[in-house]
Amino acid sequence: MTRSDHIAVTPEILRVDQVSVTLAGRQILDEVSFSIQPGEFTGLIGPNGAGKTTLLRVILGLQRPNAGLVTVLGQPRSPRSQPIGYVPQKVLLDPDLPMRARDLVALGLDGNKYGMRLRSGTRGQAVREMLHAVDAERFADARVGTLSGGEQQRVLIAHALISRPRLLLLDEPLANLDLRSGQEIISLLARIAREQQIAVLLSAHEMNPLLPVMDRVVYVAGGRAASGPADEIVTGEVLSRLYGHRVDVLHVHGRVLVVAGSGDDQLASVPLPTGEAG
Amino acid sequence: MHQILTAVFEPGFFGSAQVHVAVTIGGIVAVVSAVVGVFTVMRGQSFAGHSLGDVSAAGGSGALLIGLSPVAGFVGLGAVGAAVMDLIGVQRLRGRDLATGIVLGAAIGLSALFLYLTATTGATTGATQQVLFGSIFTTSSGTVPVVSILGAVSLAAIAVIYRPLLLSTVSPDIAAARGVPVRLVGVAYMLALAVSVGLSSLAIGAILSTALLIGPAATALRLTRRMAAALGVACLIGVLATWLGVLLSYDSYHWGSSHLSLPVSFFIVAVIFVTYLGSGAAGSRAARAATRHRASITPAAQHEDIAA
Amino acid sequence: MFTGFMMNAWTTATIVAVVAGVVGYFVVLRGSAFPAHAIPKGAFAGAAAASLLGISTLIGLAVFSLLGALGIGTLGRRGRHDVATALALVMMLALGAAFLSRTTEYEPEIYSLLFGEILGVSTSEILPVAALAIACIAAVAVIYRPLMLSSVVPEVAEARGIRSHRIEMCFLVVVALATAVTVPVVGALLIFSLMIGPPAAARSLTSRPLLAMVLSVGIALVTVWAAIALSYQYNWPVGFFVGMLGALSYGVGRGWAAWRRTRSAITPGPVVQQH
Repeated sequence: MTRSDHIAVTPEILRVDQVSVTLAGRQILDEVSFSIQPGEFTGLIGPNGAGKTTLLRVILGLQRPNAGLVTVLGQPRSPRSQPIGYVPQKVLLDPDLPMRARDLVALGLDGNKYGMRLRSGTRGQAVREMLHAVDAERFADARVGTLSGGEQQRVLIAHALISRPRLLLLDEPLANLDLRSGQEIISLLARIAREQQIAVLLSAHEMNPLLPVMDRVVYVAGGRAASGPADEIVTGEVLSRLYGHRVDVLHVHGRVLVVAGSGDDQLASVPLPTGEAG
Repeated sequence: MHQILTAVFEPGFFGSAQVHVAVTIGGIVAVVSAVVGVFTVMRGQSFAGHSLGDVSAAGGSGALLIGLSPVAGFVGLGAVGAAVMDLIGVQRLRGRDLATGIVLGAAIGLSALFLYLTATTGATTGATQQVLFGSIFTTSSGTVPVVSILGAVSLAAIAVIYRPLLLSTVSPDIAAARGVPVRLVGVAYMLALAVSVGLSSLAIGAILSTALLIGPAATALRLTRRMAAALGVACLIGVLATWLGVLLSYDSYHWGSSHLSLPVSFFIVAVIFVTYLGSGAAGSRAARAATRHRASITPAAQHEDIAA
Repeated sequence: MFTGFMMNAWTTATIVAVVAGVVGYFVVLRGSAFPAHAIPKGAFAGAAAASLLGISTLIGLAVFSLLGALGIGTLGRRGRHDVATALALVMMLALGAAFLSRTTEYEPEIYSLLFGEILGVSTSEILPVAALAIACIAAVAVIYRPLMLSSVVPEVAEARGIRSHRIEMCFLVVVALATAVTVPVVGALLIFSLMIGPPAAARSLTSRPLLAMVLSVGIALVTVWAAIALSYQYNWPVGFFVGMLGALSYGVGRGWAAWRRTRSAITPGPVVQQH
């Protein structure tokens, strides 16, 4: 759907409108549109290099799009906007970094304020609660650089959430985790999102771990995106139109497999569903 | 008892005016360098920190040439150098070091020219040595106020940008997403670094400038788990190493029959170096103990290979 | 300019440029700008000490530059690499300061050690210098493939059994040898400028390794010859010209690369990516 003029009943958390991005002569994103409702758990799925990170950076205001608009709670992004929680893809936490997990989470409260901080008792309380919520109390006093991948992930999520954002973005959080840690992170995220009504947008190239918890899929391929419930979007028909060649979707024991075709049947570009159901 | 004291503190130590100045200036510079140094090591910018010393030296020799105050030369060109480094430096680590190196090369080239012109115009002798090696014992007491003020400026800058600097050091992406102007904060830090290195090169020479910037900070980072502790320990090590170095250098005049008298810079650097080596041994022992402790209380995170 | 004792200068300049161009290629590739600066600077301390003791400065350079390389390599195994380089450097400089404090008589010699001297290598020294240069280039040729692999894809190299810290140590020793060869002419403080400016420019012009190395040597040759000629003409120090020309070649290289990028962005439609 292009610029729709229907009146939203519930204010959307995030609206991406016809966003296009060209980098180094290559078109990464082509008129991508979708929106997210409060509290929704959305998977941003697509093959590597599809532009997921670029899209997340545009939403955060770190990358300016060549065309299109991003609004969060109806406002375009600016340094003074509502905070969006963000867990980037590769955060190299130096073993030397003199910060305990606890300190890194505390920094999430005021890491962007100038001047020296005055002591405050409520800080400690908020940090303790957050550490408890992500089940990180065991290693709260360890140096962040010495934690395992999964443990660091939890700390970074706590850091992102402590400033009470309405929207949380995670870039490929499952990429470097073993299967079990990945599943733990997903259940954790789903629980927190439900309890605190936080919208989560999580990018991944493998959607199966997310199937149980996703409310919506935004599938990105070939620079374009389709958005909606998983069973509507993850179909051979929709994905073939996205990829621009024949793609089949197989269901095996409750898992989804996306299989590329021979690649020689080009399909005309037709409008893609953006999930703008009322 | 009296004999032990005189053996450690050779006669005249506490009375010597030179020693007073050395201890005061050394102390101030050590504290400023330690604080700025902790961030420098954390950000992996030891090369920039060292290079700014040479860039400042170029400013110093230029100032000598045209008769300007050395402070203006040291700090002024240092600040310009820092700004240029940031301007042409790329975000990638290797590109950044390359840019630092090029600025350094250009600055040293200028140094060469200025010192040559100074020598041929017969302005001052021993200029090369003075600019490059400096001497805490020949710095006049008149520089104490300047050093204090500039030191305070540098510390104030760090205090103001403390949290955004820390966050953008941990992760520039997260900081940018929080609205921190990462680039600007980086430039502000570089300027604080330039001022700190400029004043320390002026007061105690280029060698010590780098040693006091990097050594105590690197040692502290190996030993502590919290920022406050790291800053505190770095200051402590820096100040103690400086004072001990001053003492040893003063005493060395009386060692042996031929007035051995080794320079302060040698002793201070040696103390810092040995401390760093020692912390390596201590740090790895502590790390191994910590790992053992954690392994005993956390449930083992098994990697279960479940076929998808 | 081309007769008598100046022939020494041109000969050694050529040797210097070849060594700096080849070794510098890897310095830029590995991002080792700091060690390339630190080793010569530390070596200077050794040269000063040697002249104090009446030994050939070449030996002082060689010994201290090797010490520096070993120091950086060893410290860098346990701690951060840039910290190791900084501390090894200041320790050597402090030793040098200790030596220098014994005397005040060597100002001109210190100056030429730091900033270069056209006639820095006497006729009697050309053969040892050439021998060292050959050893240095030979060492690079021997470790060429493991060095390239571990510089570009360290994980693959580790899997092939190439231990990265061993290669790093070998490379640092090569830099130490290069230092001993090049410092007398170009000066301790500016040799690294020759080792990063021309190679950086060469890499902006081409991504093919051997061609880049050849270009690197070529640009280094032009730089050193120009520096010597200008120094001869104006009596300003060689090091000054090397520093400035090094920065110039780097700037030209970056400008060229930027221009190439904007050109490729103008063309519409999908562009074939080289990566």
